[in-house]
Amino acid sequence: MTGGSGPAIEDLLREAAPQVLGMLVQRHGQFDACEDAVQEALLAATTQWPVDGVPDNPRAWLLTVANRRLIDAIRSEHARRDREMAVLRAEPADAQLVPGPATELPAADDDTLKLLFLCCHPALSAPSQVALTLRAVGGLTTGQIAAAFLVPESTMAQRISRAKAKIKAAGAVFSLPAAEQRDDRLRAVLHVLYLIFNEGYTASGGPDLRRGELTAEAIRLTRTLCKLLPDDGEVAGLLALMLLTDAHRDARSGPGGVLVPLAEQDRSRWNRAEIDEGLRLIGEALTWSEPGPYQLQAAIAAVHAEAERAEDTDWPQIAALYRLLSLLAPNPMVTLNRAAAVAMVDGPAAGLHLLGPLAADERMARHHRLVAVRAHLLELAGDTTAALTGYRDAARLTTSLPERRYLETQAARLAQGLSTGTPADR
Amino acid sequence: MKYMLMIYNRPGFVESLTDEERTFVFGEVDSIMAKLTESGELVGGQALADPSNGRTVRLSGGQVAVTDGPYLEGKEQFVGYLAVDCESLDRAIEIAQSWPDIRLGGGMEVRAIMDEAGAEM
Repeated sequence: MTGGSGPAIEDLLREAAPQVLGMLVQRHGQFDACEDAVQEALLAATTQWPVDGVPDNPRAWLLTVANRRLIDAIRSEHARRDREMAVLRAEPADAQLVPGPATELPAADDDTLKLLFLCCHPALSAPSQVALTLRAVGGLTTGQIAAAFLVPESTMAQRISRAKAKIKAAGAVFSLPAAEQRDDRLRAVLHVLYLIFNEGYTASGGPDLRRGELTAEAIRLTRTLCKLLPDDGEVAGLLALMLLTDAHRDARSGPGGVLVPLAEQDRSRWNRAEIDEGLRLIGEALTWSEPGPYQLQAAIAAVHAEAERAEDTDWPQIAALYRLLSLLAPNPMVTLNRAAAVAMVDGPAAGLHLLGPLAADERMARHHRLVAVRAHLLELAGDTTAALTGYRDAARLTTSLPERRYLETQAARLAQGLSTGTPADR
Repeated sequence: MKYMLMIYNRPGFVESLTDEERTFVFGEVDSIMAKLTESGELVGGQALADPSNGRTVRLSGGQVAVTDGPYLEGKEQFVGYLAVDCESLDRAIEIAQSWPDIRLGGGMEVRAIMDEAGAEM
């Protein structure tokens, strides 16, 4: 037995969790019961290891405890059912198959992959996929996930139970998807990892595991996926995108959580190690295959990262990459970002022109992002009055507090400029 | 997306209900809360004490004044809230529509709760 500190134990447990779960499911099926058993084993370890020390073989310890809990759960479930059936037939309560003693099977690498596919099953909504992935693959506790999403623990526990029940009802199996489904299923996994990263990245930090640490979790899980699928350009692209984005973490918010846009960030506060790794990754991944959407987004982030100062940014390249992205994976957010980039190359009128069709799109017309980007371009184009209205509108439309503060600040800036008759300084 | 469902009603309206109506109201609330817990949508909720027991804190003549109340006999007031995390505004509205106070003289206001986080990257 060796001693262990809190954070070290937690890292150990998170790493071991999906491996132990994989072994258990491989042996017994019943993903939902196994997942509950592993959760209990993790909680037991969290309580006992700091006191008794970390076992010499942590995985075997977890496997044994989880297996025992699983047996208990199955036995009590059978006992309950058998009590109900006792009147109808004379069968001993333990006649059903019960799992034997736990033996450590060699960990199959693709167990984690199978778990990821299972947790990101198409029968589940995205929030359910996220919650289940964080627990079953990330090894986070229900409490930690609840705290991260700012809901009560009981609510999160319910969501996860329902998610597992849905998977079971959909007849999902613990195996790699068939070849013809694999691309779609992998895309779902990447999307979930992206959502986890996004949830963490856009939040302000906090002392406990809150949303900020979700970014580290997303990066860790994506790294694991990279190792399991080393030739997949989109997986590498997603990791590169996460690293290049996370690199801005210390520069992107100011006092009071106010948002600092990319153009105004202090680049000396960017994390160089993450940028270097991200640049290397996307540089390599782009040579493997036709780039997919995550690779393109990572490439855009790379172009930004290569500019020492905002004014050195290669906007024509960014505009070209957004154009490619809009052909490959069109969506309103891409159009917005493309318009902003085009404005930097061809002037605000050209950017505004690209926004035109979005206003006709019902989904987007009153979206705070569209209104905000248009306001920004109107300001660049010199139409201060319209820009002011736009910023005010966007501030009322957004449900993000940091965004609202930022937009209100822009509106105030323009309003002051208009009232004093001088052009407002950014 | 998280929403707050704010409940407005005349304090003491319960008194004017028949026994059946009263049982209905309490039962409905319990049932809705149970369903929202089961669906994983419940984030929280509180009922507030009668406003006549409260205090109002406002500027009055340039000074911060604390007064008893408000006393708004027979008027509709904020009596409590429900916080839910659900798929869409439509779903939040659906939940609000089921709240018993609506059928007994009260009303609900549904508003999104601001997020401490920024929007998408």
